[in-house]
Amino acid sequence: MSLLHLAIIAPFILAIFVPSLHKALPKIHTGWFLLPLPIVLFSYFLSFLPQIIRGEITMETLNWIPSLGINFSARVDGLGLLFSLLITGIGALVVLYSIYYLSKEKEKLNQFYVYLLLFMGAMLGVVLSDNMVVLYGFWELTSFSSFLLIGYWNHRERSRYGAQKSMLITVFGGLSMLGGMILLYLMTGTFSISETIAMAATIYGHELFIPALICILLGAFTKSAQFPFHIWLPDAMEAPTPVSAYLHSATMVKAGIYLVARLTPVFALSGLWVWLVAGFGILTLFWGSFSAVKHNDLKGILAYSTISQLGLIMSLLGLGAAAIHYPAVEAGFYTVAVSAAVFHLINHATFKGSLFMMVGIVDHETGTRDIRKLGGLMSIMPITFTIAVIGSFSMAGLPPFNGFLSKEMFFTGMIRAQEIGFFNMETLGLIFPIVAWVASVFTFLYSMIIVFKTFTGKYQPEKLEVKPHEAPLGMLISPIILVSLVVVIGLFPNIVAPLINSVMASILPSLVAEGMKFDVHIYHWHGFTPELFMTIGVIVVGILLYKFMPRWTGIYNRMPEKFSLNSAYDNGLAGIQKGANRFTNAYMTNSIRTYLLYIFTFLILSLGTTLIVKNAFVLDTANVANIHAFELVLVIIIAIGSVSILFVKSRMTSIILLGSVGYAVSLFYAIFRAPDLALTQLVIETVSVALFLLAFYHLPKVNKNEEHMRFKMGNAVISIGVGVVVSLIALSAHSSKAFDSISQYYIENTYKKAGGENMVNVILVDFRGFDTLFEIAVLAIAALGIFSLIKLRLTRGKEQG
Amino acid sequence: MEILMSLLIGVIFMSATYLMLSKSLLRIIVGTGLLSHGVHLLLLTMGGLKRGAAPLLGQQAEAYTDPLPQALILTAIVISFGITALFLVVAYRSYQELGTDNMELMRGKEGNE
Repeated sequence: MSLLHLAIIAPFILAIFVPSLHKALPKIHTGWFLLPLPIVLFSYFLSFLPQIIRGEITMETLNWIPSLGINFSARVDGLGLLFSLLITGIGALVVLYSIYYLSKEKEKLNQFYVYLLLFMGAMLGVVLSDNMVVLYGFWELTSFSSFLLIGYWNHRERSRYGAQKSMLITVFGGLSMLGGMILLYLMTGTFSISETIAMAATIYGHELFIPALICILLGAFTKSAQFPFHIWLPDAMEAPTPVSAYLHSATMVKAGIYLVARLTPVFALSGLWVWLVAGFGILTLFWGSFSAVKHNDLKGILAYSTISQLGLIMSLLGLGAAAIHYPAVEAGFYTVAVSAAVFHLINHATFKGSLFMMVGIVDHETGTRDIRKLGGLMSIMPITFTIAVIGSFSMAGLPPFNGFLSKEMFFTGMIRAQEIGFFNMETLGLIFPIVAWVASVFTFLYSMIIVFKTFTGKYQPEKLEVKPHEAPLGMLISPIILVSLVVVIGLFPNIVAPLINSVMASILPSLVAEGMKFDVHIYHWHGFTPELFMTIGVIVVGILLYKFMPRWTGIYNRMPEKFSLNSAYDNGLAGIQKGANRFTNAYMTNSIRTYLLYIFTFLILSLGTTLIVKNAFVLDTANVANIHAFELVLVIIIAIGSVSILFVKSRMTSIILLGSVGYAVSLFYAIFRAPDLALTQLVIETVSVALFLLAFYHLPKVNKNEEHMRFKMGNAVISIGVGVVVSLIALSAHSSKAFDSISQYYIENTYKKAGGENMVNVILVDFRGFDTLFEIAVLAIAALGIFSLIKLRLTRGKEQG
Repeated sequence: MEILMSLLIGVIFMSATYLMLSKSLLRIIVGTGLLSHGVHLLLLTMGGLKRGAAPLLGQQAEAYTDPLPQALILTAIVISFGITALFLVVAYRSYQELGTDNMELMRGKEGNE
């Protein structure tokens, strides 16, 4: 085990000790015990930075199931390192924030921090695993810990609903991703991601390529809340705000982005990948920003804004994948999309984290997150206001913050999309910049709503549950650090450029020649380009739309609620349950007759079709015994006896008829040279008939009215079918003897080896004595059962009489 | 003879199936009794009929009937007798407790343990 492995499993180890620490030192907020861990991990991962920038990749392998090719191999490259830094860095800030956010007295802190640590470790495992099965394991662990964290306030109905919804959707995607990984394994024979990437060219063109691609993308889209799987994210906002800030803005929702980026080298040769990733990304971008505007809950707005920004990153990754096809064309022309995606990934984590924390502060200090109740908080909460302004303006894409830069690069990437000369991009590529621009207008709009509806306007203290005041310093530290990053990256974007370069080297490895590096430079001013005019247009149109908001927001009410994706999900879930219930009730009638009908029908169908399909019916008369008149009479007696039982009205008659059939059968045994059988059958038939008469005698009086069997066509058809099938099988079995009987051995050795003359009895007690032993056991058990049935009288309680 | 027996067995199975599909518990048990007769005859027939003397060495015959199916049937007769006896007592007890022998009335109810 290397230090790297230790770093990944350190959160799990600490999670074991959290409950006991919580119990032993109740005076200290449990969060303080956690805080050092992400900080230490952050500095540890920071120490990888120089070598990553040099282009060196660290790989450590720990054997887990070597025989199946499943090993816990951790690999640190640019992409993994970027995510690890985000996870640990924002993790530390979130832990610090949660210490002030969650009350020591009221909350079950030990549970909260155990879940959070589980999540942190799982997330590190996802981004650092090189083995797909291990990655999948950690992936599901993030789903589970997210489920636990969303349902943290499990006394609330909405929390449980949100947790269940996110669980169902992400686990659906996770399982599909597992399918995709297994398909990849079938194509390559390895679970290692880096080896799979090396084999990308052979995979492309394999018949399993497309299914694997779709399965993997399903996993990525559900986790990263892409359209139409985004519906779980807004409901996950029932989680405590630190959780929303950490999981549902900065880390977990980016796991899908990570997966797409990680597997881009494997799949990007296919136009389907480019179209699916870019298309769903841009759709999500538009739908998320469009839906965000109609919400009144601050966290709801942020949830849709997260969906929208994830769509933005996803669409950039999709378009950037096209760069793989043009290694020679002037460097960086298409790769700008990838660098924009990575840059925006960093930016989004910083400003969205700070915005969530800001909303948490507002919620904490005013008691509500509803923008209709808030307003005029600017002078009461100046620091929070500053945080909100920087975060929102960055999200809207205004200079001088980092969001401006990534938005410019985003426009560049989108404009260049139509110049990609394949996959029908030349005709349909124009959609991308237009949709992107419209979506940016809405992004601008909701960013403004967040700031101005919350902090300016009329102060309405009568609607607030508590008297608002500025948050304690400890709560403000984390968002302040994040917004300072927003400003610093905004002013000096090139400090992250080396990291972006190495991340791009992981996403587009085929484009980096030996010893070469990507050379990304981010400039504030790049002349009077179309991107600049697009941004100006966004701002102008955005301001106009904001000014006249009451006039046009009516369009949101025009969309009927019952066609929304949420109601589709709810109705779908309810429909599945209702349908399953109806289905079960339809065939489980609780009536033994119905079940017997199923069994007999299946018997007829399966045996009958086998006879027909296999052409198995044969009739061979060569080897049959001749018929005597006496036997013919017996056959007729039995046939008449058994059929007439069906038509007699009295039960007494039917018992007597059954007895007559039994005696006739014993006569058959006598004719067919089976004296022991004849004896046994006679005795047993007598006893049986006596028993039947006993049962008949004890019939309750009310039901003693002799009821004849009502004729039922269905029953008749089924029973004739059973009779015919049995006859046919008996005839064919008799006509096609595969080999001779083994009985010659018994005949020869009954006296020689067993010292008996009655072969049947010798077989019963000597050759095959075990059968007899257990047959005796059956009789004994039946006798005991009868005895206890009659003697044991336990009623279900006196009150039932 | 075997062909005739096969047809007879089919008739027995048919009657037994029809009885087992009826509502009255007693008729169902009569049906199972009939069904076991059918099965025993089927076993005997499949072993071949009248291929020699009874399987007793004292007969001093040249050929004997196959003794193995007879041993199997003997075991089956005893077991089906045990089952039928138990089944009849169950029926008797359920008449006593439930006051009916109509299977359509003896359905389990929702939520019943």
